[in-house]
This record gives sequence, structure tokens and C-alpha cells, in this order.
Amino acid sequence: MTLPVYVQGAWFLGAALFIFGLKGMSSPASARKGIVIAGYGMLIAIAATFLIPGLKNLALMAVALAVGGAAAWISGQKVKMTDMPQMVAIYNGMGGGAAAAIAAIEFAKGDAHSTVTTILAVVGALIGAVSFTGSCIAWAKLQGVLKKAYRLPAQNAINVLLALNAIGLGAAMVVMAPAKPELILFFFAVSLVLGLIVTLPIGGADMPVVISLFNAFTGLAVGFEGYVLGNPALIIAGIVVGAAGTLLTQLMAKAMNRPLTNILFTPMVASGPGEAISGSMKELSGLDAAAMMRYASKVIIVPGYGMAVAHAQHKVWEMTSILEEAGVEVKFAIHPVAGRMPGHMNVLLAEAGVPYDKIFDLEEINGEFGQADVALIIGANDVVNPSARTDKTSPIYGMPILNADQAQNVIVIKRGKGTGYSGVENALFYTDNCRMLYGDAQPMAGEIIQHLKAMG
Amino acid sequence: MDGLLALYIFMLAAFTGYEIIAKVPVILHTPLMSGSNFIHGVVVVGSMIALGNADTVLEQAIGFFAVALGAANAAGGYVVTERMLGMFKKKEA
Repeated sequence: MTLPVYVQGAWFLGAALFIFGLKGMSSPASARKGIVIAGYGMLIAIAATFLIPGLKNLALMAVALAVGGAAAWISGQKVKMTDMPQMVAIYNGMGGGAAAAIAAIEFAKGDAHSTVTTILAVVGALIGAVSFTGSCIAWAKLQGVLKKAYRLPAQNAINVLLALNAIGLGAAMVVMAPAKPELILFFFAVSLVLGLIVTLPIGGADMPVVISLFNAFTGLAVGFEGYVLGNPALIIAGIVVGAAGTLLTQLMAKAMNRPLTNILFTPMVASGPGEAISGSMKELSGLDAAAMMRYASKVIIVPGYGMAVAHAQHKVWEMTSILEEAGVEVKFAIHPVAGRMPGHMNVLLAEAGVPYDKIFDLEEINGEFGQADVALIIGANDVVNPSARTDKTSPIYGMPILNADQAQNVIVIKRGKGTGYSGVENALFYTDNCRMLYGDAQPMAGEIIQHLKAMG
Repeated sequence: MDGLLALYIFMLAAFTGYEIIAKVPVILHTPLMSGSNFIHGVVVVGSMIALGNADTVLEQAIGFFAVALGAANAAGGYVVTERMLGMFKKKEA
């Protein structure tokens, strides 16, 4: 089928706008413009598709577009910033499902394809199906629908067996093309189950990396199905995302010091107590904390997910503004995996109005803790645990951490005495220069603000 | 489509994706993941073509499903990314 030049041209324009938009998104100043440009690319590509001569089921198509688009548009508007990771996961899963469904239609039609085309259709279908069910599980876990990690006995063996099964069935579909309906059905069933089984045992802390991996998967699946349909726009968009997503996944895994193979095959367990920790946790009052910061010359704030859950970011920013007016230099230090995804904390702080030039990442700020009078840690734990540097027996050993322990004084706002996400005891809390402020981050920040205001 | 030509497209697209991400600051990782998630939402175009060529009821049903999912991927991905990026401001707004 040769397509009219205006359709081809529109798709070409769409693909170009995607790349242009993605490029724009890679810098904070132009990021907003980038997504808008990519959005126009999408509208153009979709509009042009309606103009393909001889296309059937147009009414059905319009209804499907409206239903899917509206549902996602509304849910996307409503979702809270803290729940963003699982939302990305579910939209991504839908894309994977769409790619798999495209392949399913191609198989169902049973048209003669070249061997290469059939192979790519099968591979795309497999990857898309895994991404679909896997992303649904990722969503369920982060949303709290699925509370615990289910681990089957001989989990890894089952994973491998299922994967081989899916690949074998896929190979059979290539060899026996056009495949019988039973074979097609069986292939999709195994692929979908594979996505479920692989994702179920993965813990919530590792989920962001997995979501990113599935994002790359969906990209590849879309690219492959683009080849099957002979559509370069799909190929380009899919493969660009596949490559970008793979790199992003590696960057995230590196930031967490959790190689991808570990995430997929060995869940993090709190292995033993680690080295014995001496000393005790010392409490502090809100008034003392306020005074300490008010008369400091430099304060570095380390926010963690606990701050986000308590919705304290607005109060924290208000506190920061008061301190700055009093002449205190305040900076925010963000660990690469603070929040639930790399960059998640930046989004949450941005929501509260913190300008991004006050926010520094690990490499930029780690040298500055030595000159800081106060490091204020709000709802963060593992990312400031010095055991990661020193204790080889600790499960988080080797993870890059923020060197908050090098500040003159450390103040920790924390709800209780519990451990962090990894379940590891934090040696920092027991050091001599560390003081604990027990309480919810929001009222605690509010209390500090009151004291600061009283000090004038 | 010409297989060899497609191979060239695959290669160039892969390099493009890699290069774009390689220089991105950590603070943009989440929006960028979301943004790339939006971009593969172009799968909706493929879904539309597949539905547009569907003949049997089964094909139509799968096609409907595919278009709805693809549209959700694109629309959801856009809204979420736009909301996140809209928050990045320099200095006081």
C-alpha cells in the first residue's frame, strides 16, 4: 500500500518534532517547550492517519481514541505528584499492550509476511506483552494495592523456564507462519504471565528502575511493530525511546548501586544487623533546631520521601525563605534516588516553588557539607547512612550517599525510630553531632517556622 | 519495507536516543522518563492503521482495544509530563 504524500509527510514531521521535543526536554529551561512540541507532533501524526484512503472502522476508531484519551487525560490531571511514578508505569503498560495488540491483529489476519517481518512482529509482541502486565504489577505495588513481594520457590528457574517457553512458542510461530490460532493464543498467554511473574517478587524500592526498563521495552516493541506496519515514524519514535530508556535505566541502577541483574533476580534483604552501632539517639526541641539554623551561616537541607509523604515541601520552602531573609545560605541536596524515582524529589520541590538553581545533586554538593553549619535531614534515611561508605557487611554498602555526617551539626526530622526503606539501621543517627526531631515533617516544619518568626 | 533501510533507521534512531539522554541532568530523569513514555504513545498511530484494516469482529475488538490503550498512553503521558515540567521555574515566579 503506497500512502499519499501528505500522510507520509505528516508522519515525517511528527517524528522530527518528537526528536526535537525530546531534545528540548533534556534541559530545565526548555523542557516545558519540549513536551509541547512533541505534543504537536503527536496531534499531526494522529490527524494524518485519519486521512489514509480506504481505512475502515473510522467511527470505532474515533470512539476508541476518545475513550482511551479522555480517561487518561482526566486521571493524569488528577494524580498527585507523589503518585507520579505509578502513573507513568500504567500509561507505559498501556503502550506496551497496544503494541502487543497490533501484533495480535497481524497474526490473526494471517497475511503472508517475510520471515524478518514475522520475527520482529513476534519479538515486539513478546516484549510489549511483558511490559503490559509487568507495568500493571508495578503500578499495583506503588499504589499500595499489592502490599508485599510474592516470591515463588525457585523463582529464577521459573522465570527462565517461562521466558524460554515464550521464545520457543514465538519461534514456532515464525517457522509455522501463518500460525494456528491456538498457538497464537498460547504465545500471548505465556508472554503475559511472564511479565506478571518476573515483576511480582520485585520490591517497591527497586520498582522505579523496573518501570524505566519497561518504558524502554515498550519503546522497542513499538519500534518493531512499526517495522511490521511499514511505518518509519513508529520505528524512529520507538527505537529512540528504547535506546534512551535503556540508558536511563542504567543511570538509575547505577545511582542506587543495584545492578539490573540484582534487581531482577535477587531482592534486597536486610542481611543481618551489620556492624554493631554504639552511642544513642539524642533528641532536640523545635526551638533549639530553629535557633541552630537561624544563627548558622550555611544550612543544607536533605529532603527524602518522608517529606513528600507528609506534604511538607511547602512549609520547608517557607522555612527556607525565612532563613534566607535572615542571611542564612540555604541549599537543597538531592540524592539521585530521593523520592521514588531519580528526579522525583526535584519535581516535588518544584511543585512547592523551590527554584531549581537552589537544588543540587550529589556530586555538586557533597564537597560542601564540610563547610555547612547544619545539615537538616527531612524524611530521608538510607541516602545519608555512612555505613554505605564504611560497613562492608551492610546491604547498602557501596551506594553513593550524601555526606551529611560531615556537617558541624546534623538535625534529623523523622517520624519514629524505625529504619529506612532498606530496613537498615542508620549509624548517622547515633553520632555525637546528630540530633533527632521526632514528629511528622509538616507540623515540625511549621513549629520551626513559628520559632524563627519569633526570633525575628 | 526494505529491510536494510529499516536497519539503518534502527541504528540512527538508537544513537539519537542515546545521545539525547547522555547529557541530561539527574533532576530531569523523572520528567524525561515520562516524556519518552509519551513519545512511544505514537503507537496509537499503528493501532489506528491496524484497526483500519481489521475485517472480522475479533480483529475489530483487538483493534479497538489497541487504539484505546495507545490513546491512553499518549494522552496520559502528555498530561503527566506537562504537569511536571510546568513546575520547573527559575527564581521566584
